[in-house]
Amino acid sequence: MKAYRIASGSLLAALLLLAGCSVEPWVKPYERERLADPIMKPSRDALADKHHEHVYDVREGARGATGVQGGGCGCN
Amino acid sequence: MLGGVLATANAEAADLPEDRADFMYHSYIGGGVVANGPAVLVRKGLGDEVSLSASYYVDMVSNASIDVVTTASPYRERREETAVGADYVYRDALISAVASRSSEPDYTADSASLDVAQDLFGGMTTVNLGYSHGWDTVGKTRDPSFSKPADHWQYRLGATQILTPRWLMSLNFEAVADNGFLASPYRAALVFGAAVPEVDPSTRTSRAATLRVAGSVGANGAVRAEYRYFWDTWDIHARTTELGYSQYVGKQWLVDGFGRYYSQTHALFYSNDFTSEMTYMSRNRQLSTFNDLGIGAKATYSIVREPARYEIKGTAAFERLRFHYSDFTDVRTGGLYSFNANVLELFVTATF
Repeated sequence: MKAYRIASGSLLAALLLLAGCSVEPWVKPYERERLADPIMKPSRDALADKHHEHVYDVREGARGATGVQGGGCGCN
Repeated sequence: MLGGVLATANAEAADLPEDRADFMYHSYIGGGVVANGPAVLVRKGLGDEVSLSASYYVDMVSNASIDVVTTASPYRERREETAVGADYVYRDALISAVASRSSEPDYTADSASLDVAQDLFGGMTTVNLGYSHGWDTVGKTRDPSFSKPADHWQYRLGATQILTPRWLMSLNFEAVADNGFLASPYRAALVFGAAVPEVDPSTRTSRAATLRVAGSVGANGAVRAEYRYFWDTWDIHARTTELGYSQYVGKQWLVDGFGRYYSQTHALFYSNDFTSEMTYMSRNRQLSTFNDLGIGAKATYSIVREPARYEIKGTAAFERLRFHYSDFTDVRTGGLYSFNANVLELFVTATF
């Protein structure tokens, strides 16, 4: 896990440096109305998504990278 | 939970989540298991920089699944989960912290997580970093002396990129490491048909990567596609593919439809019936080779709406799941096991 901590720390440092860079956005803020619509969000309803994720979590072997964190076991 | 939702934040990550309250009834019925109960979530901003949240979630489980009816007696239990969170905006960054506790008669799980979403390049790119730590205590009904710990570490990294005025793409990676008692104190493995206690390794490390593309289509619609690849040190490899479509209908309706297909290979130490005794042995069907297919729909109706002030919405969501196992048999019939499940959510949301 030490390697992950080092990698995460390095990435955070890189991000802070990158934040200072200036790249011309090719999609202007006023062109992002469609992207800001709630239907474009990966998770619109946190409670319902949590329930769905729990259903999958306790029955499937895979986990992670879903954007919704589970909790507890509730298994068997 | 909320931190996780924000871990895949949208293109305007430095905005605080909106104030809202949700009241939900959820239900799962399938494979001899009935799990249902209420859940509530309240989120309220304090000024322009801080938003606080709290949630409460109840699962009332009646379990007569194939594992239970073939090795033990059906049972009922109640799981409760509470979570509190805080979000803080600092310039182009959103920092989210969540603490949660889940408890049921034979299992408690505490967790804490921290996520940071940073906007870059004029908001074109959002990068997410997250970390969670979980502390579980595994117990055993009718055996108060049984208490074993299990720790979990989760590391998340992701990026969301605006591609065009209508299309977004995101890539998320998560590594999870577990250490402790990872088996079930109740489940049995079979060796030449004779039941022996299940023994799982005490460590596991997994990695998962998800690619997601979402696009605005037509005048009022959106389409999304997701693919996740998962692999771990137990030699499970899994693929998840999901497609979804959302559409506004008139001013008051929003409807969604989606399909999800999941498949995995079995763990190294899984067998339906071992032919020799090994160090690690499991007949946990969650570790077997199987696939499941889900088809779902969701409809949201705007009950009352006062623009820029508040809105109350009602939502019904339903998913039909079909699980099919390739190397797990129903010991009652000898045939390969499969089952259907129905997942329901009914909730009211108030945004203000």
